[in-house]
Amino acid sequence: MLTDLDPSSHWLAGQIAGIHLFTLAGGLVIGTAAVLLYLAVGRIAGVSGIFFTAARQGGSWRWLFLGGIVAGAGLGGLLFPTLNVVSRPSPGLWILILSGLLVGWGTRQGGGCTSGHGVCGLGRLAPRSLVAVLVFMAAGVFTASLLRHWLGVAA
Amino acid sequence: MKTNLSALVAGLLFGLGLMLSGMSNPGEVLGFLDWSGTWSPDLIGVLGSAVLVSVIGFQLARRMHRPWFEAEFPVLPSKPIDRTLIIGNLLFGIGWGLSGYCPGPALAGLALGNSEVVVFLVAMLAGGVLQQAWAGRFGPGAAPSR
Repeated sequence: MLTDLDPSSHWLAGQIAGIHLFTLAGGLVIGTAAVLLYLAVGRIAGVSGIFFTAARQGGSWRWLFLGGIVAGAGLGGLLFPTLNVVSRPSPGLWILILSGLLVGWGTRQGGGCTSGHGVCGLGRLAPRSLVAVLVFMAAGVFTASLLRHWLGVAA
Repeated sequence: MKTNLSALVAGLLFGLGLMLSGMSNPGEVLGFLDWSGTWSPDLIGVLGSAVLVSVIGFQLARRMHRPWFEAEFPVLPSKPIDRTLIIGNLLFGIGWGLSGYCPGPALAGLALGNSEVVVFLVAMLAGGVLQQAWAGRFGPGAAPSR
């Protein structure tokens, strides 16, 4: 967690109801990115879908969007070095592989991820995306709260 | 050209937002998902504020006949709420909770010198390829076997 962000040096370190202001600001930027992609070119900013379609059939705009995410995060890391951290122990190679396989399989089968179903699907008021978000949230909470401990993943 | 430029700018903003929101840090994501320890509501703040903007944006889009730089809005396939949706998102959520990575933040991690995400992204690609192969053979829409 980001409690080490020095509140005295950064106004964004403040909180509303336990939610850090920088997370709200970041969410607004993410939402703006999704809206821009839709209004400008009519595409849904679903990262898993764009990632897999780019890998399968290419498309320059897809690669530019994905490359932009990497470059934008790099820029963010320079602007906000205190946020550029991984504040949990590594789950280990096999759990990482299992995690990646499940995310890849699940987002293809389920038709989206946190961005496609979450940011865009909820924004479009799509009932299907609401169901998707509730299911993956519940599964994520169950896994992080219980399964990781049973599997002996460092908490 | 304008399409490509728009996609690049949208990607840059998306990556910047992931970093600024703390979601490029899987520890922050697990701080929300893991209710067994110190819980953090930050992820709700990120998703909530992003959805707030996107609700407004998609409402604006309804008044537009076409996107700025393309001929038309693609018709999004209307799919049912079915077992495929539930199982897929169940598996996605389990994978997400194991590491704290979903696709966007994992991509963002590439820029942050985080070697974990290389393993994760290769496995994610493999998982997606396996699913598509499986769906092509057994899934809905596959040629009936009987």
